[in-house]
Amino acid sequence: MEAFMNSPVMVMLSDPILYIGLGYGLLLTLQIASMSIALSFVFGTVLGAARYSGLPVVSQLAGAYIEVVRNLPALLLILISYFVLGQSAMWAATIGLTIYTSAIIAEVIRGGLNSVPAGQWEAARSQGFSFLQSMRYIVLPPAIVKMIPPIVSQFVTVIKDSSFAMAIGAYELMFKGTILAAKYWKPEQVITIYIVISLVYFVINFAISTVARSLQVKLSVGRGSIGD
Amino acid sequence: MNEFIESIGFLQEGPFAIPRWEALFSNIDVLWQGALVTLLVASLGLVMALVLGIAFGVMSTSHWRVPRAFARAYVEFYQNTPLLIQVFMLFNAIPLLITGLFIPVIVIGIIGVGMYHGAYIAEVVRAGIQSIGRGQLEAALSQGFTYIGAMRHIIIPQAMRIVLPPLTNQAVSLIKNTSVIAIIAGGDLMYAGDSFAGRYGHYGPTYVVVGLLYFLMCFPLAMLARRLEEQTRSD
Repeated sequence: MEAFMNSPVMVMLSDPILYIGLGYGLLLTLQIASMSIALSFVFGTVLGAARYSGLPVVSQLAGAYIEVVRNLPALLLILISYFVLGQSAMWAATIGLTIYTSAIIAEVIRGGLNSVPAGQWEAARSQGFSFLQSMRYIVLPPAIVKMIPPIVSQFVTVIKDSSFAMAIGAYELMFKGTILAAKYWKPEQVITIYIVISLVYFVINFAISTVARSLQVKLSVGRGSIGD
Repeated sequence: MNEFIESIGFLQEGPFAIPRWEALFSNIDVLWQGALVTLLVASLGLVMALVLGIAFGVMSTSHWRVPRAFARAYVEFYQNTPLLIQVFMLFNAIPLLITGLFIPVIVIGIIGVGMYHGAYIAEVVRAGIQSIGRGQLEAALSQGFTYIGAMRHIIIPQAMRIVLPPLTNQAVSLIKNTSVIAIIAGGDLMYAGDSFAGRYGHYGPTYVVVGLLYFLMCFPLAMLARRLEEQTRSD
């Protein structure tokens, strides 16, 4: 028992510095991820709607943004925000991830709206539904059910990709863990640290995916032939 | 004309000044080298991801519980943890465990994106297989096909049509994600660009060209994915 408590891994696991360090890292990870998710959901929806609208210039501009950005690595956008735009590490990571994720979300929104056959839209309009009513009652309900899984999996990707911020020296979870792995450098300690960080990411992301799955099942009840 | 150019401020100084562009283009070989490494990591990583994805995708539709649980665990672990940690495990932790084992950074990149996207491709393959009615599998089995034979000759060829668009999108993500090996000095396009830009401070032009090169690699595939999607929808 004595020998077990004095093993390098147990010494490390009973050191409060480990938990304080990882705790602060987790806070920054959650801050970067949640701000990027909120911002890119708003921008992504606007962009997706603009692309879907078919309005002359607006639609093409949104399309160009989507096509360019979704073919660039998120890491590059983070580096650009940091070195070219000159933002602080936290904001550079948030801006880079937002630029990237907005394009992906926009594509999901457009795809979801497009998945509703044009005939349903025309039928609604011919029955005297206004533009907003047709959207609200006819097009959006089945489209949203289709959008939920890819949007949520993109949010999970944002949480994972926030670890790229370590490239610009933001003290988020991954970077904190790597710093702690220099203090606790013994092989079993390093491996334990990486396992602990993996578990933290896993618990958060798995919880989000599970909630999303049950939400989708709940929303698609009774719309079997339309939603899928 | 020269006077006109000299009168434009941002061409003379700032992140996008002309001398910076000249410096970049006289060292453009650095970026070509990096792009070749990225293409190498991406293509071998894609082969690995496809092999893993098909194997685990088929396993997760099998009627035996053990391979199904194994495939589930693989997919959930790799989809819910960052690629960067997986790469760091290979880079930092494995050489500590097995002393003397040195994994070249390029190999780490290939294994990293291969395992990570293998998990996503497994889900794509699973969805494709499940979209084919159970009756087809039962019919094939009753005709004397083995499970593997039925998959090989009956189910997979049909599932291919549903699977191809998301598979192509995965290839695009895989190319983009090879950029994480820049963080462990992988010698890829992102690393080449970042270290060149960092050495002289020519961030603006370098990132523009690096972005353009990634775009040229990804855009044709992204277009192909869109075309395939439209084809699947129309028939």
